Amino acid sequence: MEMRAVYAACLAELMEKDKHVVVLDADLAKASGTRALYERFPEQMFDCGVAEQNMASIAAGLASYGFKPYIESFTPFATRRICDQIAISIAYAKQNVKIVGTDPGISAELNGGTHMSMEDIGVIRSIPGMVIFEPVDAVQLRAAMPVLYEYEGCVYIRLFRKELPTVFPEEYRFDLFRADMLREGCDVSIFVSGMLTADTLSAAEELAEEGISCEVINVHTIKPVDRETVLRSAAKTRAVLTVENHNVIGGLHSAILETLATERIPVSALGIPDRFGEVGKLPYLREVMGLTKEDIKEAIRKAALLAKKE
Amino acid sequence: MDPELKRVCRDIRCDIMTCIGHLGVGHVGGCLSLVELLAVLYFGEMNIDPADPKKKGRDRLVCSKGHAGPAVYATLANRGYFGKEELLTLNQGGTHLPSHCDMNLTVGIDMTTGSLGQGFSCAVGAALGAKLEKDGARIFTIIGDGESQEGQIWEAAMFAAAKKLDNLIGFTDYNKLQIDDTVAKVNDIAPLAEKWRAFGWNVLEVTNGNDADAVRQAVRTAKENRGSGRPTMVILHTVKGCGVSFIEAMGAANHNTNLSEEDARRAIAEIRGEA
Repeated sequence: MEMRAVYAACLAELMEKDKHVVVLDADLAKASGTRALYERFPEQMFDCGVAEQNMASIAAGLASYGFKPYIESFTPFATRRICDQIAISIAYAKQNVKIVGTDPGISAELNGGTHMSMEDIGVIRSIPGMVIFEPVDAVQLRAAMPVLYEYEGCVYIRLFRKELPTVFPEEYRFDLFRADMLREGCDVSIFVSGMLTADTLSAAEELAEEGISCEVINVHTIKPVDRETVLRSAAKTRAVLTVENHNVIGGLHSAILETLATERIPVSALGIPDRFGEVGKLPYLREVMGLTKEDIKEAIRKAALLAKKE
Repeated sequence: MDPELKRVCRDIRCDIMTCIGHLGVGHVGGCLSLVELLAVLYFGEMNIDPADPKKKGRDRLVCSKGHAGPAVYATLANRGYFGKEELLTLNQGGTHLPSHCDMNLTVGIDMTTGSLGQGFSCAVGAALGAKLEKDGARIFTIIGDGESQEGQIWEAAMFAAAKKLDNLIGFTDYNKLQIDDTVAKVNDIAPLAEKWRAFGWNVLEVTNGNDADAVRQAVRTAKENRGSGRPTMVILHTVKGCGVSFIEAMGAANHNTNLSEEDARRAIAEIRGEA
C-alpha cells in the first residue's frame, strides 16, 4: 500500500472521530492522496490553491480557534518556501498545526531539482519547539498517526508518498520520542531515517558475513532526537554512521553529531553530499548521490574501521 | 464627535505616549494613526468581555501590523483587560507587552503578529473557524498600507472572498507612509479600493480615518454586510502620528523613533489641549 494511502486512511479516521481535524491543501491534494476526502468531509477539507504561505497562516488562525489543522504540500513548499510562516504564525505562536511534506529529497524523482528538498529537515530543525517525524514504512506511519494527533504541538511529517518495503512487524508499538532498535550489534551504530532504512538493514545483515556486527537504529523522530538511545548505542560500538535522504548538513547527521559532540566517537555520514537534486528515477538518483545499497555497505565498512575501542 | 468616544481616544493616545516615552523609543506613528479605530472597536462595536477575555464566540481582533502593539495595549488597559501600570513595562525584559502583539503573553491579544502579512491570513483562518463553529463571531483585522505590499495579503484576500467570509472585516491603516519613504514612492499600492473590489471584497472608505464618529459609522455599515457573502475592507485614510503635531511633522521618520519622557509630556499636553 502506498504511504499516502495509509496517511489518507488515517486522516479519514481522525476526521471521522474529531470534527476539529481539518486538512488544508495547496493544490496538491491528489499528490498527498487526500483528494477523495473532499467529498466525504466537505466541512473539514480546504484547498487554498497555489498559495502555501497563506495556507500555513490560515492553519494557524484555525488552530487559534481550536481546530487541529494538517497542511500538505511537497516538502520544499511545505518547509523552505514557508519557513517564516512556520516559524512565526505556527511555532512562535504555539499553534497546534501538523505540516505534511511529501516527496522528500530525491524521492521527488521526475519533478527534479526544483522540487527536491535536501534541506527541509535543516530548515525545520532550527526552529524552536518543532518536532520532526519521518516514517519508514506503512506500519510505522499507521501507528504514528494517532500519536501525532494526540501530541499538542507543531510537527513536521516528512512523508515518502509511494510504496516502501515493510520494516516493522504488525505488532509494532510506536513511541514518538523513542528511536527504534532494528538490529543489535557491537561494531558500528547506524542511525537511519526514512526511505533508506530497509536497505540499510539489509546491508547490515549482509555485512555480518564479513564479520561486521552492525547495530541499526531507526531515528523516526529527528527532533527531538532520542539522546539516550543514541548515546547508549554509540558508547557500546564506538563507531557511528548516519544514513539519510537529506543533505549531510542540517539533517539526521547533524542531529546525531550534535548529540555525540563531546563523546570522542567518530560519526560518519552518508546522505546527499551538499548538492542540489536533478531529474531521474530513484535508482539513477541513488546512484548519482551515492546512496545505493552498495554505497551503504561501503560506508558501514569504513565507519567500522574508525571505531576507537577503549 | 461623541464626547465619550473622544475622551477614550484622548486617554488611549496619552497612554501610548506615556509608555513609549517611558521606554524611550517605539513605533509611535503607526500607533497614533490607529487610535480612533481601536477605540470604536473596543468601546462599543466588538462583542467582547474584558472579564472573560477567552469567551467562546467573542469577536476577535488581529492587529496584523503587529508593531502597533502599544496602541492595542493602551486600548486594552483602558478597557480594563489589565492595569494601566502594566503599560510602563512595554518592551522591558520579561514583559507581557512586547513591541509586537503576542497572544501567549498578553491578555486580550487574539493572535501573534509582527511578520507582516501573516496576521491577515491568520485572521482569515479564524474567520473560517468562526464560520465552521457557527458561533456568530466576527473577526476584525488591521493591516498597514506598507504591509499591503506583501504578497501574502493578496493570497489571503483571494481566499477570504472565495470562501465567502462575510464575518471578516478588515481595515487598512492608509496613512501613506512607510519606513523608507511615502508608500507612493516606495512601491505604490494605489488604486487601493479598486484592488480590494477586484478581489471580491465590499469596500468602504473613510476620508478621515481619525474621525471616530466616521470610523464608527463605517464599522456599523461593515457589520451589516454580513449576509452579503463577501468580506469587507474599510480603507481608513489616516495620519501617521495623528494628534501630536511634532510627531506628524516627522513624516516617515515617525515610524519607529526615539521619544523622551519630556517629548511624551509635551505630546500629552497637546493631546489634552493644554499646549
